[in-house]
Amino acid sequence: MTALRHLLVKDLQILRRSPLLLVLLALYAIVIGLPVGYAVSRPPSKPKVAFFNAVPPSSNTFQLGGESRDASRYADELFESIDPIRVDSRQAAIDKVKSGEAVAALIVPADITQALQATVSLSGSAQKPELELFYAADNPLKRRYVEDTINAQVAKANRALGEELTKIAGQYLGILLQGGGFSLLGQKFDVLGLKRSAEILQGVATALPEGDPKAAAVQRVRRFAQLAIDNLDLSDSVLASISDPISVNAQTVDGPTSSLDGYAVAVALTVALMFIGLLVAAGMLALEREEHAFGRLVRGLVGRTILVVEKALLGALAATVTALLLVLLLSLFQPVRLDRAPLWLAALVAGALGFGAMGVAIGALTRDVRASSLLAFLLSLPVAALALVPSGSVGASAYEVVQAVAALFPFKPTLEALDAGLNRGGGSELTGALVHLIALAAGYVVLARVGLRRFGAGT
Amino acid sequence: MRFGRRTALRDVTFTAQPGEILAVIGPNGAGKTTLLSILAGLQVPSAGCVSHGARHVGWVPQQAAVYRKLSVAENLRLFARLERVPDVEEAVTRMLDQAGLADRARDELGTLSGGNQQRVNIAIGLLSDPPVLLLDEPSSSLDPRQREVLWTFVSGLARERSTTVVFTTHNVGEAERYADRVLVLADGELLFGGTPAQLGDAVGDAADFEAAFVRFLRERGH
Repeated sequence: MTALRHLLVKDLQILRRSPLLLVLLALYAIVIGLPVGYAVSRPPSKPKVAFFNAVPPSSNTFQLGGESRDASRYADELFESIDPIRVDSRQAAIDKVKSGEAVAALIVPADITQALQATVSLSGSAQKPELELFYAADNPLKRRYVEDTINAQVAKANRALGEELTKIAGQYLGILLQGGGFSLLGQKFDVLGLKRSAEILQGVATALPEGDPKAAAVQRVRRFAQLAIDNLDLSDSVLASISDPISVNAQTVDGPTSSLDGYAVAVALTVALMFIGLLVAAGMLALEREEHAFGRLVRGLVGRTILVVEKALLGALAATVTALLLVLLLSLFQPVRLDRAPLWLAALVAGALGFGAMGVAIGALTRDVRASSLLAFLLSLPVAALALVPSGSVGASAYEVVQAVAALFPFKPTLEALDAGLNRGGGSELTGALVHLIALAAGYVVLARVGLRRFGAGT
Repeated sequence: MRFGRRTALRDVTFTAQPGEILAVIGPNGAGKTTLLSILAGLQVPSAGCVSHGARHVGWVPQQAAVYRKLSVAENLRLFARLERVPDVEEAVTRMLDQAGLADRARDELGTLSGGNQQRVNIAIGLLSDPPVLLLDEPSSSLDPRQREVLWTFVSGLARERSTTVVFTTHNVGEAERYADRVLVLADGELLFGGTPAQLGDAVGDAADFEAAFVRFLRERGH
């Protein structure tokens, strides 16, 4: 342990003598970590869509249930998801797509308000309002995003209109039931209503002499009116279920999900831990051979295992300090739960140990710092990419392989531990990830120890 | 000593007395560095033994095994601590004086000349005041003036502290000048062990020691 402490102090002295390298390393990890974190937790940026509205401003409204509605508010909702380029003609919109300036063109035809009015007037209409959409074929990802966005917005508008129509239909049925006045096509009508009709019929039936065949007929009509009253009383709930027949109750199968911002913080911290842990541990172990000190050290002064453990701890220490700096920086923009500090600190340290141990395994395979740094970079990028592959993006068997491979590296368990510690308050997921990381750290230390055997003490 | 199917050293036996300076010479690939590595405990021989334990041997590798980002004193202090030297600061001060680097104690090693780095390299090997000092081609990176300083220092160790010094070199002139005895190795075999004068006598009239060494090797088929 004394030898480990002396080596650790020596390595910290060496690192302190290289302030520019240290600052660049920390900055690199932070600069890479932040955008990667936010990129993987954000949907694609708003796509540019050429937009031509052929509807004259004076014809922008339609009547619904006696009220005037502005069709442009549906367009405003759509513009929250796309970046519109407003143009003056249909052809200009299509040209924007052809030139690559926009990934799609959305055209609102001049007669859409009338078609909409005809559809919602409850008079029945074969002509449905229709939007025109043109896509660029060269970017399938953005095309999919635009298509999904516009379909989602149209579905939202349809649903809003459907709810209004249902409400109006319900009001009409209420008038039929209770009676009262309403206006249609500018004319006012007074409706007797089924309930009042039934009362009148009951009065007529009572006034007729007993045995009069007309009384039996009136009673029959009254019973029908009563039947209609009883069933129309249920119309509101029936119509409500028709307007929204299927609802979605979203739940996750593996515990509560995190907010995008919280997940971004976890990803950013994991990336920073990875770069610093791998590079420092691998580089400082390789430095022992580059400085030709390895042979002198292992010639009875320091055991190879102590040397490996010391470099893993050094990498973990450097990674933890950098990650804490990143936490401070992120806390300026995104609240970090201090009440959960013990949880995310445990995740941070365990992740740092995992990466430090992986770093020494890399350092044990290389003879100099440059080679170890290159190998650390080459390995870290696919390791991170594998861990970030979302389920459903590849086939089931391929995803199982990806999961199995990702489990061999510290990125995924570190991300899971940090996400659990930062955003979900720990639980069994955090415990599992911590155990996973400790096991990985031990495995990588053993690998590094075996790897060092191939280098004689004279190296 | 075997490396796979290749035998690097075969039947090499010798003894060295306290205060004796022993030079190991031979052509490239003769097994000089392997012999020193075994004596230093860096490699375990496949057969045979070394009577002195590795911890009683000071080892100075060919390339300076020092940390260039640490100062001269910090390098010495680190290795003194790792060697568990009883009085670390005393050992550091002593070695700085012996190496003539007291005025450069605070300088980063990377800023020193190759010769001075080699002096620190040797000083580290001497920190624990070992009875045996092994030097692997110690003067290969030094200029003539620095070589002179080095050998004066090493000769002083042998004479004043009775340190046994074993060194390898390609410079047979150095071996003749500073070694009490030379060991001639070729293809892993010990061909000769004796004084430089005895090696000259073994080949008759040679112009100088280097010529005698070359003729000796040739006569034995190397």
